[in-house]
Amino acid sequence: MTSKTLIYIIIMAVITYATRVIPIVMMKKQIESPFIKSFLHYVPFAVLSAMTFPSILYSTGNLITGILGLIIGMALAYIDSGLMTVATFTVLFVYVLSFLNL
Amino acid sequence: MKSNIDSNISIKQDFFSGFKKSVPIMMGYIPVSFTYGLMARGEGLDAFTTILISLTSFTSAGQFAGTHVIVDGGTFLEMAMTTFIINIRYTLMSLSLSQRVIDMSVVKKMIIAFGITDESFTVSSFEEGTLSFPFMLGLSFFPFLSWIFGTLLGATTSSILSPRLQDSMGIALYGMFLALIVPQAKRDKKIFSVVIVAISISTLFRFTPILSRVSSGWVVIVSTVISASFGAILFTEVRSDD
Repeated sequence: MTSKTLIYIIIMAVITYATRVIPIVMMKKQIESPFIKSFLHYVPFAVLSAMTFPSILYSTGNLITGILGLIIGMALAYIDSGLMTVATFTVLFVYVLSFLNL
Repeated sequence: MKSNIDSNISIKQDFFSGFKKSVPIMMGYIPVSFTYGLMARGEGLDAFTTILISLTSFTSAGQFAGTHVIVDGGTFLEMAMTTFIINIRYTLMSLSLSQRVIDMSVVKKMIIAFGITDESFTVSSFEEGTLSFPFMLGLSFFPFLSWIFGTLLGATTSSILSPRLQDSMGIALYGMFLALIVPQAKRDKKIFSVVIVAISISTLFRFTPILSRVSSGWVVIVSTVISASFGAILFTEVRSDD
C-alpha cells in the first residue's frame, strides 16, 4: 500500500465518520418544533422505503426472482413475521426459485 | 449495591437484546461485504488495503465508490466529495438518533456514531423509548464483525459461497426492511402515505432518463426529505415517547 492510498483511506474514513458523528454530538437538546419532531418521526419510514424500492427488484441479479421475492417478503411482513423470519424465508424462497432458471 | 446489580443485569439484557436484533443485519452483510472484498481485489487493491477500508469506513455504497476513486487515481478532493455525497444520508439518521440519546455522554455517542448504518439506524428507530448505550453496542458490534469477516473472505478467497446463494442473499437486507415497514404501514395511514410518496420519488429517479444518473445516496436524501416533509405538513404529530 502506497502512502497515497493511505491518505485516500483516511479521507474516506474521516468524512464518513463526520457525517455520522457531528449531528448526534452537536444536537444536545430535545427539538421542540412540532414540524421537525414530526418530520423526524417519518424519516425512518421514508429512508427505508426509498432504499428498498425499486432496489429490491434488482437485488437478486434476476428481475423475476426479485419481483417474486418482494411479493413473498411483503406477504410474510404483512402477517407480522419477525425480521429474522422474513429475511431468512425470502432468501430461501429466492434461492429455490433460482433453480427454476426463470 | 442492589441498584448496581440491577443496572448490571439491565446492561447485559440491553446488549443481548441489541445482539438479537442484529442477527438479520449480520446475515445480510456477509454477501455485501464479500462482494466488496472480491470487487476491490479485482480492481487491483491488495487484501490488507481492502480490509483496512472496511475496518475504517464500515459503509457499503461509500466504500464501493471510494474504491473506484482510488483505482482511477482521482484527486483527494474527488474522494472527499464522493464520500460526502454518498454518506450525507447518515447526517439525517444521526440527527434523528440524537433525539433518542439526549442523556448519553459524548464519548458514548462518539462510539455508537461509528456504528450508524442504514440497517442499525432503521432497527433502532423502531425501538420504543430511549436508546441505551449497551443496546446500540449490541446492535452494531456483531454486524461490524460480519462486515469485516465478509470482506476478508471476499478479499482472500476466490469464492466460498456459490454465486447462486450469493445472489439470493442479496435480498436479505431488503426482506428485513419489509418486515420493518409493512406492519407499521398496515396500521397507520399516515405512515402508509409517507411510504407511498417515498417509493414514488425513488422509482421516478430510477426510471427517468436524466434523473437516473443521480447517485443512490442523493436519491435517498431527496426522497426522504420530500416524503417526510409531506408527512409532517399533512399530519403533524408528536410522538408519545419523546
